[in-house]
Amino acid sequence: MLRVEQLQVAALPPLSFEVADRECLAIEGASGAGKTLLLRAIADLDPAPGQVFVDGAERNEMPAYEWRRRVRYCAAEPQWWTETPRACFPEPSARLDRLMQSLDVEKQLLDRPVSVLSTGERQRLALVRAFIDEPRVLLLDEPTSALPPQAAALAEELIKFHMLSGRSVILVSHDRAQVERLAHARLLLSKSADAQTQVAHAP
Amino acid sequence: MSYVPLTPLDLVLASALLAVNAAISWAFRLRLEKSIAIAALRMVAQLALIGVVLKFIFAQTSPAWSIAFALVMVVAAGVEVTTRQHRHIGGWQVMGLSTATLLFVGTAVTAIGVGAIIGPDPWYAPRYVLPILGMVLGNAMTAVTLVIDTIAEAAARERGAIEARLALGARRFEALDGVLRLALRTAMTPILNSMATTGIVALPGMMTGQILAGVDPVGAAKYQMLIMFLIAAATALSSFVGALGAVLLLTDERHRLRGERLAARD
Repeated sequence: MLRVEQLQVAALPPLSFEVADRECLAIEGASGAGKTLLLRAIADLDPAPGQVFVDGAERNEMPAYEWRRRVRYCAAEPQWWTETPRACFPEPSARLDRLMQSLDVEKQLLDRPVSVLSTGERQRLALVRAFIDEPRVLLLDEPTSALPPQAAALAEELIKFHMLSGRSVILVSHDRAQVERLAHARLLLSKSADAQTQVAHAP
Repeated sequence: MSYVPLTPLDLVLASALLAVNAAISWAFRLRLEKSIAIAALRMVAQLALIGVVLKFIFAQTSPAWSIAFALVMVVAAGVEVTTRQHRHIGGWQVMGLSTATLLFVGTAVTAIGVGAIIGPDPWYAPRYVLPILGMVLGNAMTAVTLVIDTIAEAAARERGAIEARLALGARRFEALDGVLRLALRTAMTPILNSMATTGIVALPGMMTGQILAGVDPVGAAKYQMLIMFLIAAATALSSFVGALGAVLLLTDERHRLRGERLAARD
């Protein structure tokens, strides 16, 4: 379970909320409301006063790299640091094969130069990379924005499967139908103190 | 040892050569006339001053004067590194990092070169210590400038990829290893090129000076070899220390890349 207490992100009022195991919280708000900044703060990629707990442990109780293995931020525009994606992944494993299959990504893509991959191929590979070591909480920033409907449906299945295995997800998505399908609760970000931090449970 | 001393008239004649620079600037409307004049005047004033200062220091017998002058050189080099940075990198901390690096490298390499290898009597003989420290610092300064500037530029360019690695659980030195290696290679390449071509393409300044002053060219060449080894070691050591420091300044103890420290300076 992820618990956020009095987290201060950008100009937003302090935020407090929880995401239970097997559940998905959708973050909503206008462009520039601070959705991405909130995800980055939870992953401890930007300094933010306040507390964030996973299963009772606060982020500062462990080294930041341990924290980010449990609380994994997946950026809207995935980046690569090697010529081909292969070197950005751990050693080949049955799990890697399964994940690639589940998103319908051909194995050969791992050895193509990143520069020739399509935006959608890069996004799917980035999802595989984010899921590969089974983080406790996934922070997904527009995870299917570059995917055609069929591929997006496969990605959603993967996200649901992740939740079914007892983990949590925080989702930022402009696709309303996708939020309906995945989210158990929503958090609307707003600069005015009374309008925000409403956690409404989906019907 | 004998040499032909230069008279003030000789230098006035030589300065007339700057007319070439002025002519080119004027012909192509480069508007460099003012900069040429200022640079030339600075050069003459600084060298005239350093000549007098060194004469004074050489005449003293206490090591205190040598050490004091050496510290002035180190701080001046540290300030120079800082002003040549294109990005912010925590402002004063860059000055602290570069001055500390240059103090450490200058002391270590000069101690090895003068103290252990040349072995003048007394050990602090300013005629040996200060020129060698100057050459060591000049090269270490270039290396530190290049290594910090390259790390900051590359980190700003590759920010997304570095943060992707951090998000996947990399430590700061893992996430920045490509940037670190690029910066070390950039800082160490000039001295390698210079070692490979010295004596063929160009006679180094120190060797030229010694030969003009009447030293046997073979003896001057031996001194030049010693200097090259010292400079190579100083370059490697200062690149390494400067690079580690730059990574620490651009990140924090929570292994975050601090974007605000990558802001361009105006």
